[in-house]
Amino acid sequence: MSEPAPWLGKDLIGLEDLTAEQILTILDTAEPFKEISERRIKKVPVLRGKTIVNLFFEASTRTRISFEFAEKRLSADTVNISSTGSSVTKGETLVDTARNLEAMRIDMVVIRHAASGAARFLAERIPSSVVNAGDGWHEHPTQGLLDLLTIRDHRGPLKGLKVCIVGDILHSRVARSNIYGLRTLGAEVAICGPRTLLPPAPHEMGCIVFRHIEEAIEWADVLNVLRLQLERMQNGFVPSLREYNRIWGVSSRRLEAAPRDILVLHPGPMNRGVEIDSDVADGPHSVILNQVTNGVAVRMAVLYLLAGGRPETAEAAKQGAEA
Amino acid sequence: MSEKTFLKGGRVVDPSQNLDGTRDVLLIDGVIASLGTKLSAPEDARVIDCAGLVVTPGLIDVHVHLREPGGEHKETIATGAEAAAAGGFTAVCAMPNTDPPIDNPAAVGYLLSRGRAAGFARVYPVGCISAGRAGQRLALIGEMVDAGAVAITDDGSPVMDSGLMRLALEYSQTFGIPVADHPEDLGLSASGHMNEGIVSARLGLGGKPNASEDIHIVRDLLLAELTGGHIHFQHVSTRFGVESIRQAKLRGVRVTAEGSPHHLILTHEAVEGYRTEAKMNPPLRTQEDVDAVRAGVADGTLDTIATDHAPHHYDEKEAAFADAPNGIVGLETALGLILTRVVGEGVIDLSTMVDRMSCQPARVFSLPGGTLTEGGPADVTVFDPAAKWKVDSARFKSKSRNTPFEGWELTGRPKWTIVGGRIVWEG
Repeated sequence: MSEPAPWLGKDLIGLEDLTAEQILTILDTAEPFKEISERRIKKVPVLRGKTIVNLFFEASTRTRISFEFAEKRLSADTVNISSTGSSVTKGETLVDTARNLEAMRIDMVVIRHAASGAARFLAERIPSSVVNAGDGWHEHPTQGLLDLLTIRDHRGPLKGLKVCIVGDILHSRVARSNIYGLRTLGAEVAICGPRTLLPPAPHEMGCIVFRHIEEAIEWADVLNVLRLQLERMQNGFVPSLREYNRIWGVSSRRLEAAPRDILVLHPGPMNRGVEIDSDVADGPHSVILNQVTNGVAVRMAVLYLLAGGRPETAEAAKQGAEA
Repeated sequence: MSEKTFLKGGRVVDPSQNLDGTRDVLLIDGVIASLGTKLSAPEDARVIDCAGLVVTPGLIDVHVHLREPGGEHKETIATGAEAAAAGGFTAVCAMPNTDPPIDNPAAVGYLLSRGRAAGFARVYPVGCISAGRAGQRLALIGEMVDAGAVAITDDGSPVMDSGLMRLALEYSQTFGIPVADHPEDLGLSASGHMNEGIVSARLGLGGKPNASEDIHIVRDLLLAELTGGHIHFQHVSTRFGVESIRQAKLRGVRVTAEGSPHHLILTHEAVEGYRTEAKMNPPLRTQEDVDAVRAGVADGTLDTIATDHAPHHYDEKEAAFADAPNGIVGLETALGLILTRVVGEGVIDLSTMVDRMSCQPARVFSLPGGTLTEGGPADVTVFDPAAKWKVDSARFKSKSRNTPFEGWELTGRPKWTIVGGRIVWEG
């Protein structure tokens, strides 16, 4: 085991737990790692000899692959465990899974689970570092970080920026990580969507609420447009996808009315023509693919720091020295 | 040869006879033989010096889950009844949501015989409202009452069908028993795991809004008014619920209700950190609701304090929050918690506490006891109001340890629990 990084701790469970300094340090550490992915040989020995388990209890393509690239480009040994359905239905409890992994002497676990709190639950029970890759509706901190990095890349420091998260906030771990991270860095945060999909007590969470997307666009510097899960319609939160698109969809026509040049993010995968129109997704406002690229760099930074790497030596580590 | 116990010089608090003063109590053959000042102890009596201690009619908990049959890894009737005795309770009412449920006279008889065999606190069975707790048609209510059931409930689940609830409130009247309801509209709460509010929003957990409880309380009050039946609300946790019951009592509706120690003491903030030991149903709510439940117990809107003792095996609670079962154990912490945090904070006085934990439970469920009048059953609780102790679940008599009060420093602890003249617990 490496010495835990004192300023980040053993685990990354959520952005709510981090200070502004910690968040900025992760973003700054991601900067030198961006370049590795641009090399011909995309590999440095930073995490050589470290064993990382990617424990995915929920289907995921993009997040799992992004973590896997980050791990492999840092030379970690990785194992993927995927299981749709919860650990409970599988017959083994989460705590048993954790103890079994621990018995195999691993260094880090990246966990995705359908239950809010699952990552923290695991972190409290095993000595290995735990990285939350999404727990229920709670948090998806690396997504939050890559969103912050992408906004910073295009609009500079986040303090004072106006960011509106659009769509299903209630069930969204991406929304929560964004709200916590953005507010900690001094951005103004708003949410917009049907009231059925907004959390209770949004003002107590420090969010402005817009009922109409037009108002949000009038106000915002940045829109972070969330995916509308198909099952939300099946469960009656919205009557139809077409109606959702007509009322809350982000279209280029609506963006044209904006008083300023709006940046549009989307954590993917997109439902084109539902929450976002193709001409926006593929248009000049969109930084959606930059988010994906930044995702690998941010995850490299998180893994490096949790493994005991120091922010100030990230540049040297990248050149071939070990963490 | 008769069995005699002499409780000498304790502070006797018995609201059933407006009594709070130093008295001696003589118990002979399971009956309260005499109560007075400066009585002389018969030579063959066991004399217990109660100086500095409080002597009350035996505490009664009208809402406990003993898990037998079907959940014996969590609790059995014997361990639950012993936990009750250790908590100062001389009687408990066992909920019927076992596996299989208590929905027929044979099952009621089984519970009674197991309770008697255990020989700790008295165990009174509560039968189901609906056959199989399925919410479809009435269970064998008359036959269960004949066999010894003292009330009916589908607790753990609400009766969602208003028509069935009406039938229960009508049919039960022949037998003079209350219909106890777990008020919850599942359409509003099924996706919830805790109180709906800022804490659920932050933690990303589905919420149960107050309205999910309030709607059923109001519905049942209307049905009780319609039918003249006796509705008893279990574990009331909301401010609107308390106020609705208060207003209904003023209108003369036959309604009684209970508040639980945890809803008198904790708020939804106890869930922070996904603490499954603070997961229960109804959930812990806001401070405003806690204040309302306190006011309800103080003014008698909530007639009884009942624990909703809900044991779960440790590895069932050792899970992600959404996957953990609802409920906490309560029998062995209730008296200390109420003395320390409710009486101690001036919400109610000692006499009111005894009323809500002994006299009213006996009245509401028509049980023996709840009084130290001569000729009544010798069910007596003696506690030390000054004893300081720390909650240590490892020492519980209950089989389960799921308490959010672990490590709490409390003042006031049972010293002797006497059932039918027999000492079943000595602290």
